[in-house]
Amino acid sequence: MKTTAATMTVEDHTSASRTGLASAFFALILGVGIIAVTGHVQAAALHDAAHDVRHATGFPCH
Amino acid sequence: MFARIVTSALFAGATAGLLIALLQYAFVQPVLLHAELYETGTLVHFGAAPIAAIQDVSGFDPMRDLLSVLFTMLTYCGYAMILVALMGVAEERGADITLRNGMIWGLMGFIAAHLAPAFSLPPEVPGVAAADVLLRQYWWFATVATAAIAMWLIAFHFTMVGVGAAIVLLLLPHIIGAPQPAEFTGPVPTEIGALFASRALSVGLAAWIILGAFCAYFWTKEGEAA
Repeated sequence: MKTTAATMTVEDHTSASRTGLASAFFALILGVGIIAVTGHVQAAALHDAAHDVRHATGFPCH
Repeated sequence: MFARIVTSALFAGATAGLLIALLQYAFVQPVLLHAELYETGTLVHFGAAPIAAIQDVSGFDPMRDLLSVLFTMLTYCGYAMILVALMGVAEERGADITLRNGMIWGLMGFIAAHLAPAFSLPPEVPGVAAADVLLRQYWWFATVATAAIAMWLIAFHFTMVGVGAAIVLLLLPHIIGAPQPAEFTGPVPTEIGALFASRALSVGLAAWIILGAFCAYFWTKEGEAA
């Protein structure tokens, strides 16, 4: 009984950790996506709107 | 965990972004506007007449300046999303996230995302000569990614191998070299370019320390609420 409980705890921990890693991974991708849109996409409207921020934040702009 | 990351990153990015936008408006924007007088040809460096070093560039352009505030907040929400996600991973592996070490997380973020690429591609004043923008962006992303991995290794794998790998990762993009223009054509006085680069980097440093602290604060606060 004791062994089963211990095993379950380890499994739960591993599964929670996997969900955590997957969550962090997707948040990371989302973050990189936001940076790409605000800082890097060269579409004219986006470029003009974000122009000053791109220069001030050190992104390659033109 | 995804909801906790996104919620705390949005709070941290938006609030820090607002403060950072004010810092940029006060200290970086006037230098940028001054440079634009030369970029557009309103002023000509080494032209017929000497030009006063101080120019009036004050004034509030609602559309332009409010868009800058919005895009600063969005940009730092993006960075917050990455920073909080990494804080979450570190915490799962036993690291403590506190307000004070959040500032060190921010400092590491500044080194990775701002200082490392600036070492070979300094913050560009408007009008500066530069290589193809797409090539510079590829180099920028690669440099930020390798520097971020280096920061992680130094923070969490502080061994001979870890630190050695971090040093190689930090140096490699600059040994390969950033895309450079074929010739220099910038019309802006070098004094303005230098001031712009140092202002952009210094405000960037303050920005990332604020962001790191806010990320840690909202991450731990959201954790207590859950």
